[in-house]
Amino acid sequence: MIVPWLIALLFVGGLLAWASERFGAEWPRRVALAVLVLELLLLASLLGGSLQAGWLAEFNHAWLPRFGISLHFAVDGLSLLLLLLTAFLGIVAIGSAWAEITERTGFFYFNLLWTLAGVVGVFSAIDLFLFFFFWEVMLIPMYFIIAIWGHENKFYAAKKFFIFTQVSGLLMLVAIVAIAWFHYLQFGFFSFDYLDLLEVDMSRNVEFWIMLGFFLGFAVKLPSVPFHNWLPDAHSQAPSAGSIILAGVLLKTGAYGLVRFAVPLFPNASAEFAPVAMTLAAISILYCAKVAFAQADLKRLIAYTSVSHMGFVTLGIYAWNELALQGAVMTMLAHGLSAAALFMLAGALQHRIHTRDLFAMGGFWRHAPRMGAMAMFFSIAALGMPGLGNFVGEFLALLGAFQANQVLTIVSAFGLIFASVYSLWVIQRAFHGKFPEASLDPGRLPDLDRREMAYYFAMVAGLVWMGVYPQSFLDLSAPTLQALLEGQAVLATPGAPQP
Amino acid sequence: MMHAEEYAITAADLLLLMPLLVVTATSIWVMMAIGVRRNYSFALVSTVAGLLLGALATVPLLLSLSPGVGHSLFTIDVDGHALFFTALICLTAAGASLVAHDYWLEFDDHREEFLLLLLLATVGAIVLAGASHFVSLLLGLEILGMSLYGMLAYPVHGQRRAHGEALESAVKYLILSGVSSAILLFGIALVYAQTGSLAFHGLESLPNGADSGLSVLALLLICSGMAFKLSLVPFHLWTPDVYQGSPAPATAYLATVGKVAAFAVLLRLLLETRAMGLVSVVTTLSVLATVSIVAGNLLALLQDNLKRVLAYSSIAHMGYLLIALIAGFHSQGSLSIEAAAFYLLAYAIMTLGAFGVIAQLSSDASERDDIAGYQGLFWRRPWLAAAFTAMLLSLAGIPLTAGFIGKFYLVLAGVESGLWLLLGALVVGSGIGLYYYLRIVYRMLLPEPADASPLRGGATGLAMLLVLFAALIVLGVWPAWVMEAISNIAL
Repeated sequence: MIVPWLIALLFVGGLLAWASERFGAEWPRRVALAVLVLELLLLASLLGGSLQAGWLAEFNHAWLPRFGISLHFAVDGLSLLLLLLTAFLGIVAIGSAWAEITERTGFFYFNLLWTLAGVVGVFSAIDLFLFFFFWEVMLIPMYFIIAIWGHENKFYAAKKFFIFTQVSGLLMLVAIVAIAWFHYLQFGFFSFDYLDLLEVDMSRNVEFWIMLGFFLGFAVKLPSVPFHNWLPDAHSQAPSAGSIILAGVLLKTGAYGLVRFAVPLFPNASAEFAPVAMTLAAISILYCAKVAFAQADLKRLIAYTSVSHMGFVTLGIYAWNELALQGAVMTMLAHGLSAAALFMLAGALQHRIHTRDLFAMGGFWRHAPRMGAMAMFFSIAALGMPGLGNFVGEFLALLGAFQANQVLTIVSAFGLIFASVYSLWVIQRAFHGKFPEASLDPGRLPDLDRREMAYYFAMVAGLVWMGVYPQSFLDLSAPTLQALLEGQAVLATPGAPQP
Repeated sequence: MMHAEEYAITAADLLLLMPLLVVTATSIWVMMAIGVRRNYSFALVSTVAGLLLGALATVPLLLSLSPGVGHSLFTIDVDGHALFFTALICLTAAGASLVAHDYWLEFDDHREEFLLLLLLATVGAIVLAGASHFVSLLLGLEILGMSLYGMLAYPVHGQRRAHGEALESAVKYLILSGVSSAILLFGIALVYAQTGSLAFHGLESLPNGADSGLSVLALLLICSGMAFKLSLVPFHLWTPDVYQGSPAPATAYLATVGKVAAFAVLLRLLLETRAMGLVSVVTTLSVLATVSIVAGNLLALLQDNLKRVLAYSSIAHMGYLLIALIAGFHSQGSLSIEAAAFYLLAYAIMTLGAFGVIAQLSSDASERDDIAGYQGLFWRRPWLAAAFTAMLLSLAGIPLTAGFIGKFYLVLAGVESGLWLLLGALVVGSGIGLYYYLRIVYRMLLPEPADASPLRGGATGLAMLLVLFAALIVLGVWPAWVMEAISNIAL
């Protein structure tokens, strides 16, 4: 019963935040913060549940009985990890928007909370129609965030983001309806429920085409080369809070969709398709690392590194063994934190010096040492330093992928080297060297204050925890991943609904 | 089919025709009221009450019908299909008369006759919803068309603006509509020549096979005539000009009731009679659908005039709707009729809403139909802009709105019949469509211009728009009850 409340809380909280603007411009952010803290606490209360007994929380109620569509939500360890990440990064996003968003604050926090409501719905929906519903719901408020509070080229970026994801989403809708139709042909009744659709038998050809519809929908969101084109624009033009949610959470919905739906629903077609997907992943890793290195715009650079890192996730997912999947999940979590932190830093820099151009920066360490230290930490985390979360994720993903495809894994591993090149280049460019005194007054570059430091420290703690004791995360996702590998929705144990 | 000479109307038959009779009586009532004493508010209240009563009268009839059973009254069928579309037409017409209220406030000529024309047009539309015979088809089309000419040219006698545009659009519509009726009649004549019957059932006995040449020609002529009414490419050329030139309330009526009635009769004509075993007809319709979707969306990209954008988008939407119709040939399932019915319901709400916003901000003296004129609307009129945004997103098929459920229905009908190419066109068309819908939304989000002209608007139209807004969201989030209702209207 708790899951619908998790979503309703965000929807209602969004409306409240908007309405509270009449009391003053600072009220919406307070309301939004309170709502997200409450959300995080509610999610944390699920942590105590037994992972071996199927879903941690489930809710099922008829919605559109004519087509067998129900409000079926369910949360397991994998969903819970991503939901916790969502709520946590939501709070970080508010922290980042705290000083940056000063106009129309009510509508901003309304959109932020509604985006997160869509994401929570995506991570917890088990009915595919419901899943698609939330998949699209999260787009509109995100469009508004980019189009209203974005930077110089915001309309172009917002439109591109919307059209890319919407068109691929429609292809996915056709695929969802198609699989439901084949369920109808086989069983004689309509159902969009994941548990029912797992049992559909399809001919080889049909399975492949429907799988492709799902893959396209998720690959655009992920994104994977060659569908990554919208991302650098959207990330660089969005306000920092938008970039944090985009990179930290929205990209993960694509990866989640692959793990939860695309591969388990179409195991045979996915196995055939795996070499193609893994090749695309390897190209994403190397090509986008290379392109990232050529960027002068700090946020574009981070955006390309996101594509590169998400390549490890795709690689791990299509290797489809437990090690690789664990690696993919860890990478999703760790990249969520590190990318969010880097975007927050880029936003903080832009807020201070009004440019994202790396060539207009230099020598910042001397004037803003705390900022430099944080940038250093998260760059090193992103490049995969052992002891931090990203290393665990990418290492496990490569280890698992090596069992599936040695050549592509070896090629992909070079991505780690490229990552250190561009990460260190950013630090060297922005924080070392000569301060551009001619164009910049050092007084415009105040160091991070305590409130900001609190957010960064929370993310530092998360990454160190993931790196030093990853077991606490692996334990949560392991039952889900084992069940998925066996072609089931939940581990078959007494009391759990049999798929 | 019964023959006229042995036909006697009974009281039970009159009961079945109650919605039509109520609306006809309302038009006479309003005409007499105008004759006694002109009072716009009284005429408006009478019109809306009569139309709502007409919609209400369908409810007991719908409940008394068992699914799949209908009554045949000479040239009009009263079945679930007819009653559903009658109710939809009455409600949409009531909505159209309400959103028109603020538009005519300062009009310096008699305003009441607009409502009279609107009621008469609705009578024609109701006849179309139940038509099962080419005579009632033509009668319905002409009653609807004749009244529409008057509505399109309505501001001509006002003094506040040079009304050449309205006259131009009415004459354009008159001439092209006449031509299309002639084409339709020729097709009907060919059908009659081969079957000796003017009832839709007669189509079933059309020869098909080796000597099907004339049958195909007849059906293609009939489809062309209807394609004009639905403004499918390449019969669409009148649409943008007429939409742009005519007063916004008339456009709203033409774009909603006019399209719904024409599509309702086309559905019955082509699906009920199962006359479309002819591959060439299905192929032609598929081509019309694809071309309408692609061309409608592409041409909408080039427009700066809001009414022209919506005109081209309505062309594309009629193309989407044809997918449901074509699906009906392939699968013979009732899903295609459900899909078309729900989509038309959603289409009526969102189109009426979009034109309603324009009507709300325009008057007979100046139409606010330049997209630039909507800059900053979000911050100047938040509720109006929110309603408009919802209508546009619904036209684009985004969840939380009725348009999404409608699109879902179309995809379902298409998948059921394996129409992959048409679904591909739907996906591509929707992608292009987003571009111009978002352009309008973005315009409203921009800061308001410094030299912004004051915005018009009154409470009546806004209230009606908010009702449409609410209906759009309710149908988008909880459409289960409508789905159950329309699952019983199979032909």
